[in-house]
Amino acid sequence: MKLRIGAIADPGTSVVNLTGGWRTEIPRITPELCIRCFNCVIYCPESAVKYSDKEGIYFDYDYCKGCGICSNECSGHAIYMEMEEK
Amino acid sequence: MKELRIHGRGGQGSVTAAELLAIAAFRDRKYSQAFPAFGAERRGAPVMAFMRVDDEPIRIRSQVYEPDYVMVQDASLIGVVDFMSGLKDGGILLINTPKSPEELGLKGNFTLRTINATAIAKEMIGRPIVNTTMMGAFAGVTGAVSLHAVIYAVKERFRGVAGDNNAKAIKRAYDLMIEGVSS
Amino acid sequence: MQVVEGSYAIAHAVKRCRPDVISAYPITPQTHIVEDLAQFVADGELECEFVPVDSEHSAMSVALGASAVGARAYSASTSQGLALMWEVLYNVSGMRLPVVMTAVNRAMSAPLSIWNDQQDTIGARDSGWIQIYVEDIQEAHDAMIQGYKIAESKDVMLPLMVCADGFILTHTYEPVVLAEQIEVDDFLPPYEPEYFLSVDNPLSFGCFAEPDKYMEFRYMQHEAMDRARIKIKEVADEFGKAFGRYYGGLIEGYNLDGAEIVLLTFGSIIGTIKEVVDREKNVGILKIRSYRPFPLVEIRDALKDAKVVAVIEKDFSAGFEGALFTDVKAALYNHINDLKMLGFVVGLGGRDVRADDILEIIKRSKSAMDGGITDEWQFIGLRGELL
Ligand code: SF4
Ligand code: SF4
Repeated sequence: MKLRIGAIADPGTSVVNLTGGWRTEIPRITPELCIRCFNCVIYCPESAVKYSDKEGIYFDYDYCKGCGICSNECSGHAIYMEMEEK
Repeated sequence: MKELRIHGRGGQGSVTAAELLAIAAFRDRKYSQAFPAFGAERRGAPVMAFMRVDDEPIRIRSQVYEPDYVMVQDASLIGVVDFMSGLKDGGILLINTPKSPEELGLKGNFTLRTINATAIAKEMIGRPIVNTTMMGAFAGVTGAVSLHAVIYAVKERFRGVAGDNNAKAIKRAYDLMIEGVSS
Repeated sequence: MQVVEGSYAIAHAVKRCRPDVISAYPITPQTHIVEDLAQFVADGELECEFVPVDSEHSAMSVALGASAVGARAYSASTSQGLALMWEVLYNVSGMRLPVVMTAVNRAMSAPLSIWNDQQDTIGARDSGWIQIYVEDIQEAHDAMIQGYKIAESKDVMLPLMVCADGFILTHTYEPVVLAEQIEVDDFLPPYEPEYFLSVDNPLSFGCFAEPDKYMEFRYMQHEAMDRARIKIKEVADEFGKAFGRYYGGLIEGYNLDGAEIVLLTFGSIIGTIKEVVDREKNVGILKIRSYRPFPLVEIRDALKDAKVVAVIEKDFSAGFEGALFTDVKAALYNHINDLKMLGFVVGLGGRDVRADDILEIIKRSKSAMDGGITDEWQFIGLRGELL
């Protein structure tokens, strides 16, 4: 595709960029410790922390880049990081 | 081309006088240019402003170094500022002072005229702001701008009673200079 | 014609261009321009969003944002203020936003100086903005109107700064023809950008470019500058037809026929030089109107019969020489090799440039023509007793 002047791009193109591939450590959750403060949801830079009534807190591993911010911010010490074997 | 250098102190309207004289000269169907000695003006500090008038468009943009006319708005500058610097042979020096030219004792190959513009301004405008009165004197002494053009330029700037009073002061100063009497 | 202050004439021309957004931070000697514009807006003479800001960086950022939503945007600054705009200057040009500004020329600190020279805009030379230098107040007024037409033209889409000497042009009163609204409306169509930000059609401007694309964006800017060369000339011609005033396209020659010595320069100093050259034989002037894009071909053509060219400028690149001098030499290299070239720095920090200084430059050029060159590049008007 030819470039547009001014580095003008269509919006929302970051969804095609699957940042999950950058991950070396992966967040895991101990559901019993979760107090549902949602810090993890708010702080995740990739909006990769999800919540549903049925599943509680869970992660979208297509975009979770393994930064560990959710784990750091977790009030209940419910999220821990572990080495991911690929 | 004729060149004027105005000396005054910050707050005395020297730059305005140069500007209004340029407007007056243009009203006389001549080309003109006015500008201050650029700087950080402070009230009371010595300042300069310049005016050029010519039949041709004016292109030169340096300061005026060899003026045909020098106008001094404030006698307290005597001995403080070298206002005679570069004044052309046969040029005209116009000073606001109650003293006569003889009393001032300034020597050189130029015509010295004095006028008590402060007294005129106090009487006719009610404030010791002399720039417009000096413009009238300048028109009378030099003929470089016409009286009606000076009054036009000043009345454009100061409307109503203030404009009328300024015009009276200008006319008085002009007449005094034309009559050759230094008041 | 009427006698007005240079700043007023510039503000008036900007008003006639109907900007949608003006954003500026006051700084001497640009202040009067922005004050006059603020007055027009307050008096209801100009319908426009006037955005007072906390700094020049914000001023140019506001202009950037405004231009990106399709507004006609204006700003003005000088010296340290222009320097504070630096990173935004590159963003505006990189996003290809046709912001137009008045860059009032003033010396850079330190030492602190509020007076005129051209170090500030020369520093912004490589920021991707078109730079037009003007000679007098009328040209400054007219260049603002031309500026929007050049910048906004579809095949250019680059920001443009009109560089006008501080104080010497901004604070001088002289007769100027102030453009009427109807004339400017006929000449300058409304700004209709191809791309602009809107909620209905979201886009992202100045996106991330990895090494596989960055160079191409810069190359496109280079091509746009090439097209601007043509556009600047076209707009000057159109303006001449519409308003009856013409200052040259990229350059303008004065007394060049048969001139052996050519004084090459830009800005307000040209008026004083014309006055001097009229009394000299075989001395001409080459005025550079457009510094970026640089008029390579035009300069080569104009200088082909000259024997000596003296480049006069109010700036210098510490550790080398005058920026314009370097550029002129580069333009001629491989093209005209029997021309002697001298560079002169004058008027830094508001040092008045007098007719005598120009005569001295002509004298040195003559001796270079007859003999050899001892000093290729030199300062004129230095006070040796202080050194
Ligand atoms: S590790 Fe980082 S990216 Fe992944 S879910 Fe936690 S905060 Fe989000
Ligand atoms: S931050 Fe920890 S405690 Fe809070 S909702 Fe997320 S997992 Fe639960």
